[in-house]
Amino acid sequence: MKIILNNNPETVDVDQISITELLRRKNYSFKMLIVKINGKLVKKDEYEASFIKDGDDVMVLHLISGG
Amino acid sequence: MTFEEIKLRLQKKTVGIAGAGGLGSNCAVALVRVGIGTIVIADFDVVSEGNLNRQYYFFDQIGKPKVNAIKENIQRINPMANVITWDLKLDPQNLNRIFRNCDVVVEAFDNADQKEMLIETILTAYPEKPLIVGLGMAGWGMNDTIHVRKIDNMYICGDEVSEIHNELPPIAPRVGIVANIQANVVLEILLKD
Repeated sequence: MKIILNNNPETVDVDQISITELLRRKNYSFKMLIVKINGKLVKKDEYEASFIKDGDDVMVLHLISGG
Repeated sequence: MTFEEIKLRLQKKTVGIAGAGGLGSNCAVALVRVGIGTIVIADFDVVSEGNLNRQYYFFDQIGKPKVNAIKENIQRINPMANVITWDLKLDPQNLNRIFRNCDVVVEAFDNADQKEMLIETILTAYPEKPLIVGLGMAGWGMNDTIHVRKIDNMYICGDEVSEIHNELPPIAPRVGIVANIQANVVLEILLKD
């Protein structure tokens, strides 16, 4: 399937993938994240049960300390 | 728009600021100088000597609650400014209540876990409310890496990569730049229509 990940087209070799699995595959190792699928927030405790499907627009924002 | 017209428009607006540290204190001062009617600011910390390398406080304010000190400093700039202070640690419950009536919210926390908590809470409760996030401003130089990135109603201000650590502390110039960029985005939103 084809998805958009942080504004870049990506091809994933499965029909759907959980957020947890996508983060693992992309080596997104930051602990603090904000994830949106098609503009809608997915809370941290929903990563395991939320699936990304063909054509989805996924945004992963890494949060870092400082301010 | 003349400055008088700008002030007239901003007078009716309320800006919420989550955190009164490097980002929050400097952003609040920029906003009050241009005439924002009401500033709602929350922080649980007290001013320490280490804060003076970037935060809008003075040596004689060390030991004071930050929200009291920032209110004092804001009202030295404009005695008419309305400042609502909350001397507490923001959490998902009080945050929704405190910032409910704000036209925009500025995320001005230090720690990544607090930033995550605030963004998650605001995007859940008020997905339409503009949220201005400060992200990545440690160190010095690298002016051209600082940017604004819009994701729906959220505006990310900073370089998104420079995390603070011992060898890369947060210090006045870059923290001030991002705080003022956040204030500038607030104006862009509030003066749009």
